[in-house]
Amino acid sequence: MAPGAPSFSPSPVLAALLFSSLVLSPAQAIVVYTDREVHGAVGSQVTLHCSFWSSEWVSDDISFTWRYQPEGGRDAISIFHYSKGQPYIDEVGTFKERIQWVGDPHWKDASIVIHNLDYSDNGTFTCDVKNPPDIVGKTSQVVLYVFEKVPTRYGVVLGAVIGGILGVVLLLVLLFYLVRYCWLRRQAVLQRRLSAMEKGKLHKTSKDSKRGRQTPVLYAMLDHSRSTKAASEKKSKGLGDSRKDKK
Amino acid sequence: MLLLLLGIIVLHVAVLVLLFVSTIVSQWLVGNGRTTDLWQNCSTSSSGAIQHCYSSSASEWLQSVQATMILSIIFSVLALFLFFCQLFTLTKGGRFYITGFFQILAGLCVMSAAAIYTVRHSEWHVNTDYSYGFAYILAWVAFPLALLSGVIYVILRKRE
Repeated sequence: MAPGAPSFSPSPVLAALLFSSLVLSPAQAIVVYTDREVHGAVGSQVTLHCSFWSSEWVSDDISFTWRYQPEGGRDAISIFHYSKGQPYIDEVGTFKERIQWVGDPHWKDASIVIHNLDYSDNGTFTCDVKNPPDIVGKTSQVVLYVFEKVPTRYGVVLGAVIGGILGVVLLLVLLFYLVRYCWLRRQAVLQRRLSAMEKGKLHKTSKDSKRGRQTPVLYAMLDHSRSTKAASEKKSKGLGDSRKDKK
Repeated sequence: MLLLLLGIIVLHVAVLVLLFVSTIVSQWLVGNGRTTDLWQNCSTSSSGAIQHCYSSSASEWLQSVQATMILSIIFSVLALFLFFCQLFTLTKGGRFYITGFFQILAGLCVMSAAAIYTVRHSEWHVNTDYSYGFAYILAWVAFPLALLSGVIYVILRKRE
């Protein structure tokens, strides 16, 4: 800053006022939303959606207007008007008996349907909404393209292929893990049963040996023979085990 | 064994690099100053200074080629990530089934993309004389390498 030049420092209150006016003023206007472009096939019908946002409640004096500007033309003609709860449809122009009102002011919807499309319907449609006392606002335009056959939009096939294959792979992986989890659980249950049976066998043999010791003296001779037999068996088993260990 | 691990990782990364280059670079078809790609067609003037690029047609077949190339990249990256996960969590003697599965899937995706492109490319451009560019060849090279990498993962067993 050159010396001697006047320095200007805005007060904070002024700055706050400026900021609030910039931010708050659009909220007092009406905002209309439509699609950017709509594609239709010859002979079929197409819906032109129009929705709006207003800072006031929807009044009974609300009015909608649809205008049409042909492709390459300069003038826009009015083709649909709705006011005081009554729709007025074009009965003399190019859209005679082809427009259907499907909107509802209370749902903030001002859509119309055009039936039996023709190549001459190519052009720009403007949706205009006035909700007294809220009347200041921008309109919104939608361009209609009429084709012989509607082409798929870019990205639809891309998204569908990627999403589809990823979904299938995810499903396969989940299925694989589910099957493996069930199989492992079955294995665990079987193993538990097996180990329980083995424990039961050991328990049985220990019970028998106990009874053997506590039998009365009457069977002493038999027990003695049995115990010698068991001892000899154990000796042979021990040798076998040592041979296995050496291997 | 460290050498084997390194070799496998190098092969996987090479496949990934091939897939990336093939998907991104604009050299699938070349012919008299024009190059065609999955995403855009570019043409240079005769002096070589000015280049105009405009996006490719929105045909369904071209979109499916784009989709399968992207999917192959996704699957290969996923396979690399899963390989490192399995390296640390797999039991001894286990096989890298999941990694191999995704790598083989990536290879199949590249093959289907290149095959669809070969059959349908005449619908998307107006060139009369053309030859296949290096990105197209890289896509075909990536296919057997990805398959080989996936099969190696399935055969491999984890040691201690």
